[in-house]
Amino acid sequence: MASQEILREEPSRGSFINDPKVRGIFFQAVVVIVLVALVWWIVQNTIDNLTRLRIASGFGFLRGRAGFDISDSAIAYSSDSTYGRAILVGFINTLIVAGAGIVTATIIGFILGIGRLSHNWLIRKICMVYVEVFRNIPPLLVIFFWYSGVLSVLPPPRESINLPFGSFLNQRGFYFLRPIWGEGSWLILVALLLGIAMAWFVARKARQRQMATGQQFPVFWTSAALIIGLPLLAYALSGFPLSFDYPKQSTFNLTGGFQVKPEFLSLYLALSFYTAAFIAEIVRAGIMGVSKGQTEAAGALGLRPGSILRLVVIPQAMRIVIPPLTSQYLNLTKNSSLAIAIGYPDLTATTGTVLNQTGQAIECVLIMMVVYLALSLLTSVIMNVVNARMALVER
Amino acid sequence: MKHIAIGILGAAALGLVASAASAATLDDVKAKGFIQCGVSTGLAGFSAPDDKGDWQGIDADFCRAVAAAVFGDGTKVKFTPLSAKERFTALQSGEIDILSRNTTWTINRDTALGLNFVGVTYYDGQGFMINAKKLPGVNSALQLSGAAVCVQSGTTTELNLADYFKANKMEYNPVVFEKLDEVNAAYDAGRCDVYTTDQSGLYGIRLTLGAPADHVVLPEIISKEPLGPAVRQGDDQWYHIVKWTYFAMLQAEELGITQANVEEMKNSDSPEIKRVLGQEADTKIGTDLGVSNDWVVNIVKAVGNYGEMFERNVGSGSPLKIARGINALWTKGGLQYAPPIR
Repeated sequence: MASQEILREEPSRGSFINDPKVRGIFFQAVVVIVLVALVWWIVQNTIDNLTRLRIASGFGFLRGRAGFDISDSAIAYSSDSTYGRAILVGFINTLIVAGAGIVTATIIGFILGIGRLSHNWLIRKICMVYVEVFRNIPPLLVIFFWYSGVLSVLPPPRESINLPFGSFLNQRGFYFLRPIWGEGSWLILVALLLGIAMAWFVARKARQRQMATGQQFPVFWTSAALIIGLPLLAYALSGFPLSFDYPKQSTFNLTGGFQVKPEFLSLYLALSFYTAAFIAEIVRAGIMGVSKGQTEAAGALGLRPGSILRLVVIPQAMRIVIPPLTSQYLNLTKNSSLAIAIGYPDLTATTGTVLNQTGQAIECVLIMMVVYLALSLLTSVIMNVVNARMALVER
Repeated sequence: MKHIAIGILGAAALGLVASAASAATLDDVKAKGFIQCGVSTGLAGFSAPDDKGDWQGIDADFCRAVAAAVFGDGTKVKFTPLSAKERFTALQSGEIDILSRNTTWTINRDTALGLNFVGVTYYDGQGFMINAKKLPGVNSALQLSGAAVCVQSGTTTELNLADYFKANKMEYNPVVFEKLDEVNAAYDAGRCDVYTTDQSGLYGIRLTLGAPADHVVLPEIISKEPLGPAVRQGDDQWYHIVKWTYFAMLQAEELGITQANVEEMKNSDSPEIKRVLGQEADTKIGTDLGVSNDWVVNIVKAVGNYGEMFERNVGSGSPLKIARGINALWTKGGLQYAPPIR
């Protein structure tokens, strides 16, 4: 300790300029000043140039009437809505496709990742070929593959492919029946929530009992019965209030029912399949990162291979998997902006249209940047929380 | 992606280029030796590259006419293909000198976007095209309720479409793409039932489809689409040069000056023809504009008069075979009219 103190005090004996502390502060101050000046200069120049070129600026335009329609909208939107709402519609579409893509990519990725370590030669090789193919193609090509290669070769509306349960498939998308909730159908929702809550409670109790006595309880089947059975019971009790709206043939296309457009389908499938290849590699790396001794020890304790994977290997692999998984989720979200190539109205596409209709380039690009940044930060925060809960708790 | 890049570049350019754009465009153009002309990514008859890669069409020829006026040489033009979304930012940021890209003149674009439209080189209107083979019995736009409609995003077309269907209480399903060729491909593949854009465009696009004879353009015209070139605001000299190039082409047609006879016309007895061609003694018409006095001669030599340009690109001399209609000179019952050159 003493020698450190001497070291720290030594420079102050020299001149003021040679004091590393003073120097450090000085250079940091210079960098901050230069940075602030640069930003100020850019902002000032922008304002000057906008006024000189007589281009209107500010965010007031967001309240103007949009005047254009959007094909896919999760919220009420018409051409009478505002530009701000059009951007919101795009934002929600981005959330939907990114959310659905993340869930699907994770499921496919985990299956593939585990498949790559399978003892079965065929499964192992199929998974390997999949990963190598999708990992090495640009995502835009994967999107075009689904859009032009798969979905647009489907038959035209008049020759739709008939699928079970009144659903249809044609080049305008996938159509299936839409439930119409009648009087008293709230009971079904309540029953469903009740079922989920009870299933959670049963699972908890069963775990506690197993901890205490070692006896197991068929949690899966009980939960399934609760979650499916209770709503069915409520459905019967409330007098079958559910009816269905079937897609029907009309002059131009099928109407009624629920329609999933090919733009959404191809983007969603492409993002899922593309990102799944990366997730598979991350999962494989995570599993291989768990020392072999763990598997052997679990085997020596008499656990079956499935249980070893589920109870011993995966929980430890997750600690390795989650941080790189986060960046794959971010990549998927950002790749969703490639939607523009096939005309899916995501945030980039709708904001781009607003940009062109209003000419407010700086404002629109700024909005896009801020929204994508916020979305990415939010994903990171959520994944960090998950990571913190998964991390090894040292005692 | 490209439009974002241009958006950001545009934003950056607006921020960083302190005063370059405010210097006279004419001086900039003369210094670099050519005119940078913003055109479409390919619309037959207006601006599309031919099999040799040369840009052809009314919009491309108009830029050549300006180059002829400025340099006496119609070849001193470089073309920048722009999507509908990129076009205004490209002009605002100074990336191009003229936007000559089948662009509709509206008040909003003239005011809030900081542009100046110089005139109407083509009076157009929005129409609809359908595949008559797949949709027998449809012969009016009012029968289109429930149809999927292909349209290019960020255009006045997109707005007119929404207005038209709303006004007629019809439903439709927009299928929107950023680039013209993407819209064409989607329509050709059957992703949508209807294609809507300016009628001149529909005739041009029909030629590029797999089976042109199957497609018909419906009779309804649902909007006014005056298409014309635009320049940046704040540079009156450049604005005047571009505007008067357009008027000179109309004036030349009115006086019967053509690519073939322009040299003889120089010796005409008519004082008006002599004045327009800069043959009057001590004339200052050209130099006052900022170009040479024989600017009209150069324009007509390079691309011909307005009528020649029209017939060659979209009229009888082209596969489009569009009639002059309202684009005829005012003396022939059309709307094309030039103020006097004197």
